Amino acid sequence: MVKELELSTNEKELIISGLKEGIRLDGRGIDDFRSLKITLGPEYGRSEVKLGDTKVLAKVSCEVARPYPDRPNEGILTLNTELSPMAFAGLEPGRPSEEEVLVSRILEKAIKINRAVDVEGLCIVANELAWSIHVDVHFLDNDGNIIDAACIAAISALSHFRRPDVTVIGEDVTIHPVDQRNPVPLSIHHTPICVTFAFFENGDLWVVDPSLKEEQIRRGDMIIAINNHKEICVLSKAGGLPLEMHTIIQCSKLAASKVDWVREKIQDAIANAAEVEKRKTLREIIIDD
Amino acid sequence: MKHSKPTERTKVKVVLPGDTVSLDVTTPGIILGPGLIQAGDSISCTKAGFLVRSGPTYWVENDQKRYIPETSEHVVGRISGKGGEFYRVDIGSAHQAILPFLAFENATKKNRPNLNIGDLIYARVALANKDMDPELQCYNPTNNKAEGFGKLEGGMVLKCSLRYCQRLLTQETDICKLLGQVLQFEVSIGMNGRVWLSSDTIKHISLVYNVLKQAEALNNSECKALVNNLVV
Repeated sequence: MVKELELSTNEKELIISGLKEGIRLDGRGIDDFRSLKITLGPEYGRSEVKLGDTKVLAKVSCEVARPYPDRPNEGILTLNTELSPMAFAGLEPGRPSEEEVLVSRILEKAIKINRAVDVEGLCIVANELAWSIHVDVHFLDNDGNIIDAACIAAISALSHFRRPDVTVIGEDVTIHPVDQRNPVPLSIHHTPICVTFAFFENGDLWVVDPSLKEEQIRRGDMIIAINNHKEICVLSKAGGLPLEMHTIIQCSKLAASKVDWVREKIQDAIANAAEVEKRKTLREIIIDD
Repeated sequence: MKHSKPTERTKVKVVLPGDTVSLDVTTPGIILGPGLIQAGDSISCTKAGFLVRSGPTYWVENDQKRYIPETSEHVVGRISGKGGEFYRVDIGSAHQAILPFLAFENATKKNRPNLNIGDLIYARVALANKDMDPELQCYNPTNNKAEGFGKLEGGMVLKCSLRYCQRLLTQETDICKLLGQVLQFEVSIGMNGRVWLSSDTIKHISLVYNVLKQAEALNNSECKALVNNLVV
């Protein structure tokens, strides 16, 4: 951590005293998320998420590749979350920091290992051709809780993405260009969404969606990812102060309700993007005439 | 500290670093402020922003947050370490500043100041040179009195642009006056883009912090609307 970002004693004391009275610096309740804004498009698979002042951009792209030899019937899904000095002052590019590894692992566990995307449907010809989907997550601004923002960006981008349509007749494989046949969405089994909790003092004080200042003075954290079937996909508690069992259960229940709220926002964003797309197509038809 | 309201200033145009500005160099009395340098007969800009003029003075204004220390400016700093006979203070400049133990009112070799790492202080830049670490002092050099310099207790620090701190200090923006009609608070404005603020309760401190943070982008009538909408 760069010295510049360290908090003064005054700030630390104020934030902790505030939390003891249930007041957060930006006026939120302890179980409130910051304002969430998701923008999809204009290209398929591009999602920009603003969670308060934390800004994350996710971009999905695809190419045809050979499937892995130990999984001949499956496509490939790769998540790339590189932290850059754009959002993280003092970061040395090239060397993955501890935070980078954590972000990368959580997203992989939630989306890839939990099979959120149907990779078998990505196979074109077994052993020969399959779709390889890349999700690139870029962090534009860090005001705390990049993991939740990155997960929302990745999931909404994957839900919005369309790949070219493919026809296989015997040995012939035809990949239709997007201007000849409408591209096809990915098959998504379930949508896991992460909720991060930060703990202070001896575990009695906690908040949801910590801001950067809160993250710097926290003594422990926990990340819970829940999908649309109300299943816990990831529960990560890497170090930090020990927690009581009832706290974990209480947080899981709260996470479930938060995830519903986030999912609604994603659905609204997808509906908005579809509206814009429909109006664009209509306009093109009118102009062509 | 008394500040007079600045005389009428007008924005001339938007400039980028390297742009040549056509001012009549032969006219006597033109003063070049920050962001402008004279090379022979032409004047060029070294910062991106608005070219502003007030009377005979021209300068470039922008939303810069990076602080370059100048002597006699007042700054808010955080103690980041202790050296032999001095404190290391983070004031947001490229190099950390030095605050000698003797640079306080009534300081003697036996009478040391009682500051810890993480404390916030209000100080005056005594020495600022591009080749050396800046030096601070916590007293007014003309009469050796503390006059408000020293440790800042409690409260919160807001990080903002250098220009906003100037606007707050010269009262070009009315936000402090407007907010002061609604609740009691105190501020110590540092020219290094940091404003320390404090009030009686935590709720009020957080309110002042958020209002000052938002008011950076607002003009005076919008500030008035913001304060009117406050629920204290």
